[in-house]
Amino acid sequence: MVKINGEELNIAGENVAEYLSESGYDLKRVAVELNGDILPKSQYADTLLKDNDVIEVVSFVGGG
Amino acid sequence: MTEQEWYSTLEMRHGKELQQKFTSACVAICGLGGLGSNAAISLARAGVGKLILIDYDKVDISNLHRQQYNVSHLGIYKTDAMKQTLSEIAPYCKIVTHTEKITEDNLSLIADCDIVCECFDNAECKAMLVNGVAEQYPDKYIISASGMSGLHTGNTIQTKKLGKRLYICGDGMSDVDSDGTLFAPRVMLCASHQANTVLRIIAGKFDI
Repeated sequence: MVKINGEELNIAGENVAEYLSESGYDLKRVAVELNGDILPKSQYADTLLKDNDVIEVVSFVGGG
Repeated sequence: MTEQEWYSTLEMRHGKELQQKFTSACVAICGLGGLGSNAAISLARAGVGKLILIDYDKVDISNLHRQQYNVSHLGIYKTDAMKQTLSEIAPYCKIVTHTEKITEDNLSLIADCDIVCECFDNAECKAMLVNGVAEQYPDKYIISASGMSGLHTGNTIQTKKLGKRLYICGDGMSDVDSDGTLFAPRVMLCASHQANTVLRIIAGKFDI
């Protein structure tokens, strides 16, 4: 199981880019923390999710 | 007011050791709108030694409802207006200005700073800066903001930490595109969270 934004999901084996797209995230607006580090955008497609991974996805909103 | 009078007053308030940390710190403010103009003033007042101010835009009448500019600033670059305002508040704070748009290709503008404040209003620009700094300058701290629109309660404005060096202030949800507009107090709350986080990091307090 992979923990994403506090929720346990059975998505081990998917890559980060697939998960984000399937979940409806706009890739231009997100930052991803994987196991305590910010994951570079260039690595989204090559990073496979594994059991026990902990991910936080932040989708920025406008205003400032 | 001499430089010695200014710094000895700050040292009396903050303690010599802490003030020396503030004085030797350099913070980049990326975007000088509602977030950046308020954060810059708070940090200059606290005695941060050097600020790098970056914005390509000019002060417009539509900015006055939440940004720290005056009618006399209308039509001039925000970098120049903020530099002038800060010179009246904290004349010994070193100010470096860059009147240009920040992209992934010119992030070297912030190379000299220890801490970056992401103060843009556009969501894609926010994500670009956060990811760009994490990738190109992984040793720098970045304090971002997301979600401070609308006339919602102020109690949902919070500071969240991701990884070791990224902090995100705001409610994370209220998008200016759906919540209509921004109001000065809630934007200032968010900018104050950012400035407070900056000072805490300089002081060596990294928790939230």
